Amino acid sequence: MAGGAATGGSSTSDTYAEARTWLLLPAWVTLGILVLAPVAIMLVYSFLTKEFRGGVIWEFSLGAYDQFFCSRGLFGDEPCSIEWTYIQIFWRSIWQAGAATLLSLVIGFPTAYFIATRPPRQRTLWVFLVTIPYWVNLLIRTVSMKFLLRDEGPLNDFLTGIGLLNEPLAIVNTNFAVQLGLFYSYLPFMVLPIYAAVERYNFALSEAASDLYAPRWTVLRRILLPSVKPGIVAGCILVFVPSLGSFLAPDLLGGARNFMIGSLIEEQFKGNAGNWPFGAAASMILLTMVLIILLIFARQQAKAES
Amino acid sequence: MASKKYDLRVYPGFRGITLLCLVILYAPLIVVMVYSFNASPSITNWEGLSLRWYADVFTGPESAKFKSAARNSFVIALIAATVATTIATLSATAILRGGKFRLRMVSFGLISLPLMVPEIVTAVATLIFFNAIGFDRGLLTILLAHIAFCIPFAYLPISARMQGIESTYEQAAMDLYATRRQAFTRVLLPLMAPGIVSGFILAFIVSLDDFIITNFVKGAGVETLPTAIFGAVKQGIKPNIMAISTMLLGVSVVMVTLSWLISRKDRKT
Amino acid sequence: MKKLITTAAALALTAGMASAEGKLVVYHWFEYIPQELLDKFSEEHDVEVVMDTYDSNEALLASLKAGAIGTYDVAVPGDYMVQIMAQEGLLDTIEDGELANKGNIQPEWADPSFDPGRTHSIPYQWGSTSFAVNRDDFDGPIDTTDILFNPPAALSGKINMLDSQGEVMAMAALHMGIPQCSTDREQLKALNAMLQEAKQHWASFNSDTAKEVLVSGDASVGQIYDGFAAKARQEGANIEYAFPKQGYIVWMDNVVLLKDAPNRENALKFMDFLLEPENIAAVTNYARYVSGVEGVGPFLDPELAKQPESNPPADAGKGVFIEVCDQQTQEVYDQIWTNLKK
Repeated sequence: MAGGAATGGSSTSDTYAEARTWLLLPAWVTLGILVLAPVAIMLVYSFLTKEFRGGVIWEFSLGAYDQFFCSRGLFGDEPCSIEWTYIQIFWRSIWQAGAATLLSLVIGFPTAYFIATRPPRQRTLWVFLVTIPYWVNLLIRTVSMKFLLRDEGPLNDFLTGIGLLNEPLAIVNTNFAVQLGLFYSYLPFMVLPIYAAVERYNFALSEAASDLYAPRWTVLRRILLPSVKPGIVAGCILVFVPSLGSFLAPDLLGGARNFMIGSLIEEQFKGNAGNWPFGAAASMILLTMVLIILLIFARQQAKAES
Repeated sequence: MASKKYDLRVYPGFRGITLLCLVILYAPLIVVMVYSFNASPSITNWEGLSLRWYADVFTGPESAKFKSAARNSFVIALIAATVATTIATLSATAILRGGKFRLRMVSFGLISLPLMVPEIVTAVATLIFFNAIGFDRGLLTILLAHIAFCIPFAYLPISARMQGIESTYEQAAMDLYATRRQAFTRVLLPLMAPGIVSGFILAFIVSLDDFIITNFVKGAGVETLPTAIFGAVKQGIKPNIMAISTMLLGVSVVMVTLSWLISRKDRKT
Repeated sequence: MKKLITTAAALALTAGMASAEGKLVVYHWFEYIPQELLDKFSEEHDVEVVMDTYDSNEALLASLKAGAIGTYDVAVPGDYMVQIMAQEGLLDTIEDGELANKGNIQPEWADPSFDPGRTHSIPYQWGSTSFAVNRDDFDGPIDTTDILFNPPAALSGKINMLDSQGEVMAMAALHMGIPQCSTDREQLKALNAMLQEAKQHWASFNSDTAKEVLVSGDASVGQIYDGFAAKARQEGANIEYAFPKQGYIVWMDNVVLLKDAPNRENALKFMDFLLEPENIAAVTNYARYVSGVEGVGPFLDPELAKQPESNPPADAGKGVFIEVCDQQTQEVYDQIWTNLKK
């Protein structure tokens, strides 16, 4: 994880070791009270009995986890067989979030690099240029995006108008639209961390490599990418993890024919189901999953560094 | 150097991708702007040019509500982003410059926790928590919740930047008799600036756009722009929201231009 | 910065003073009551009105159950939610004689199934939920729920459903001619199979932009509220709102007296205020639905009476409320809904 990525490299030091407790105290207090406490409440809730139409009954129960992993038929009276429904929903979300992250990286890295190599005084302006659209509410942005992508929308009119397509491209209500929605929701979260890292990059390293006859794409791959890796990792985390739980943009653009993790959990708290323990359990499973993914990643990175 | 056939900093195609990126980002906003001038109450059928929705924003029955919602959103986003960025900078310094210590991974895990929990869960749990400790809901509860979930968004760009800065700079400063505090404020912080600015901006837009958590922790009579906009959708999306969005864009463009002009003037004198 | 913090602190303080005298805290949908009407009430009774908003009946319930009960005086839940809230013990009882204008309620709304005897609520606005069809895309008969669940080829793949279990399931039950909260296993299995089959014809589930997809022409058929259909028509869409012969959904939003209301007296005054024809007519003219109060006629916008969306034809099916199922049945319905969207 970024902390893991953070652990390696020559940039770590113990310059502020004595002050570290004081430096971390604000974060510990704020997050301990405002995030850890609510998460602890949800962890407890996931092991309680559900109260019909929301809420919990204070009796220990594994019902929520049973519901997640055990299929007992339409009427809940068959013996337990493996429940694929929720695993399938999780897998779909991971896949969509992964694709959206890749899309963001492919578009976001060159953009961040381009911004970081502008003359110093222009850089902040470019950063603002990338973030200004996010002053407009997500709902409004997404609805407008949908308007553009419609079968009879401006994009298709343009593409058929110049003769590139004969038939309008059906984008809305497809998986690709979901990925596009996620990509559009989180793009600056990829661009800005990479920008902050590349801006620091010492181009003398590229010069040196090039003097030793490395082609420029080799320089990019072997010299530049490894040294700005923390920025790329940070960007990928900031796009991938929130994408997993997101539902508004993918639902609007993708048609919401299938649950994503976010809409499944939302339904447990705000929908007819009103099954708080199940919503809490699904969140805890999601949380564990993300932690494991990040840990494996941190392990590999630590290995690669040593 | 001059004998190089090409500039090593320039990769072919990157400029093109950047432009594509901007087109993707701004194309929907052009729709928003155009339809804010629509004479029809529809956001998809064009009926002619009109300023009626701008008039509606200022004189319509909901104008006072939207105005206070906009003010709340900005005050909250500014304060939350400032506090979150400060906390994130201090934490990054401790985690990356504080040597090896046991709580290091735990601290990082805690900082990224708000990212990993779906918003609706944080929302319901936070509401339960505030009620349990008898905290009256209002602007303050929104602010506190926003500070908490903004921290990871500020932290990651900042730490990505700090990892690119060798500690030799501060060591050199301290060898020259700078105190640790001076090494931090005069050497590390200025080097960190692009990371801190990036972190602040991300925290700001995350706070400005938050709906789910805000919707649960807000108190009676307090609206933010997203809660007002989502609420209004129950009656159908009207172009007055497009007009509000266009004006917000205008404000942001003016603010950015001003700050750019001012900073340019500073450098000249 | 400092100034900002002081402003924020001041704002937080004013927001925190919740139980001052002469106050009324309303929990309401956004843009569902004209501000002038609230101002009028404020003036007439010297009461400061504070309003908070929610975006769905379920969000209202979740928020109250998470501990917000006791901070609001009145809320405006839909029919089935009134029943649920009463079952959950979230509502206070209005004693006989406490509402001077209770007699103004139209007889057909004075004793509804979701609140027998109107002990917790008064009518606010009502309307129907059915579906609308774009007449440019389809000119055949539309007075049947087949349009949604077993559509002609021309409409398949161009249907938007509301992303709401209650509305979809109730409509499905009407389509199949089975009771809404059926416990009959064969009927439930058939319902599950029917929905799985119908899903292939549906392009999307969307409530937030249910009107927009019809106006833009992205969907040829959309499950929709009557008021939304009327608005879509006014925005230029050539759509017709259907009253299927199998029946359609009727909904009613109601003002309820919440348990532990901090300003109970003012809440009752507010309910009396909304039972006066002139006042509730102002809501109707604003929201374009129908009130449940006698004598509003002279105060209404004459356009409203002519709306085809509020005037079902003689051969239309029956309008029914969404029913509230018991826990065991509801769990099966949740399972069917998950199967549908998995």
